[in-house]
Amino acid sequence: MGFWQRLLQLDRKWIFLGIAIVVIIPLIKPLGLPIKPTKPVQDLFNYIDTLGPQSDAIFLVCDFDPSLMPELMPMIQSILRHCLTKGVPVILHGGLYPAYIGIAKMAIDEVAAEFPEKKSGEDYVFLGFIPGVTAVILAIGIDIASTFKTDYYGVPIDSLPMMYGIKNYSDISLVVDISGSSSPESWLMYGQERYSVNVGLGCTAVSAPSYYAFLQSGQFVGMMGGMKGAAEYEELLARKGYPAGKRPATTGMDSQSFAHLLIILLVILGNIGYFVVRRAERKAGMERRKR
Amino acid sequence: MSISTSIWIWIAALLTLMIYSFLYKDNPFYRLAEHIFMGLSLGYTLVILWYDYIIPRIYQPLFFSPHQWSLIFPILLGMMTFGIFSKKYNWLIKYPLAFYVSAFAAIQIPVMLRSWILKQVEASFLTPDKFSSVFNSINAILIFVGLVTTLIYFYFSKKREHGFGAAATVGIVFIMVAFGAAFGYTVMARISLLIGRMQFLIQDWLGIM
Repeated sequence: MGFWQRLLQLDRKWIFLGIAIVVIIPLIKPLGLPIKPTKPVQDLFNYIDTLGPQSDAIFLVCDFDPSLMPELMPMIQSILRHCLTKGVPVILHGGLYPAYIGIAKMAIDEVAAEFPEKKSGEDYVFLGFIPGVTAVILAIGIDIASTFKTDYYGVPIDSLPMMYGIKNYSDISLVVDISGSSSPESWLMYGQERYSVNVGLGCTAVSAPSYYAFLQSGQFVGMMGGMKGAAEYEELLARKGYPAGKRPATTGMDSQSFAHLLIILLVILGNIGYFVVRRAERKAGMERRKR
Repeated sequence: MSISTSIWIWIAALLTLMIYSFLYKDNPFYRLAEHIFMGLSLGYTLVILWYDYIIPRIYQPLFFSPHQWSLIFPILLGMMTFGIFSKKYNWLIKYPLAFYVSAFAAIQIPVMLRSWILKQVEASFLTPDKFSSVFNSINAILIFVGLVTTLIYFYFSKKREHGFGAAATVGIVFIMVAFGAAFGYTVMARISLLIGRMQFLIQDWLGIM
């Protein structure tokens, strides 16, 4: 059996092992490969960066469950850090599905601890989960206070100082949906089309290709796609001298790059092996027929 | 290196390793972790629904002053969906379903038409502002050609020959490029999830990073 045949019959456990090695080593010994922000991330960053304490609020939606934390948690925390640094009023919504609220709580707890001078209800508001998905998005366009009634901690929304001038989408400058599902489409359809609110998004790398069409048409203000998008946002925060936390997405990008190189190599070798073996088999078949 | 002393970190780390043990082969540890995950997810969702929704938004408004009697109608409509579990009363589900389908269609069709079709078609027009630079011009032309040829590829009522066949072939090239990009992004997503778990094991559990 030749090299190529052995390669094609390689036990996939060796591939798993290879991937594990190229992921773990850069995490222990980071190389710090450069991260160049792309336009969709830069657009989202610039939009938020132009806002300030007197601006309309950012409505940040946490629409993902724990399985997607490596990609999406750095995004939501970066946006929170950006808003709290700039003093932009930020409303964190614990998501359109019940499993997401715990993640939103983790995100705000960690970031709020970095900004001890910022107070819940004054600088940021944390809204809990209410069912309805589409109905919730539509109801926010009428009245946030009557939709949610209280914040996550049970304080009536009407009594929160930050919410005094914020009634519905007309007082919100941007909805940023950090999503592991198709919820950005719902925010586009019911938030933007119905109430003309601007929408930006952070999504998993799997979802990113399907949202480029909406980005190109200008329906989304900007987008962070996958861990790379999150790392770019962290990089932009750092370049501006804003707090960027532990930068987990940036830390993971070295591993990401090496894992991709290994997969590219395996794809190339696999294809070469396929054609070499097929050619050899055809040749052997022809010789058998000749005999 | 400072290994975590938190029991919760240890539980999470061991469960992670139990799940990853499937990469070697199916085993009882993997199945145990899988079942714990399933049970916890369902239990967590039920608790959130009960305490964040049913108690404050259904039970309290109905049974405590000021009573919101108008809630009875949507609650009844919702309860009718449980008719599906009974052979005698399964006709009850038709009413909430009819309400849901008609209301949802009425809400969704106009906004979907605008955001998914009209705005996308509008964005593909070759207007003068799309040619502000060489890069933008190339992009605009690529999008236009890609859209038209892909649509041609999915037009099945004409024989694929001459110019029409060539356009469909160009269309399939665009589709393949889109599939390739989607696959690349999928690889990135899966590797990201692995990186997240490895960061947890190395940083939070073993304290190496």
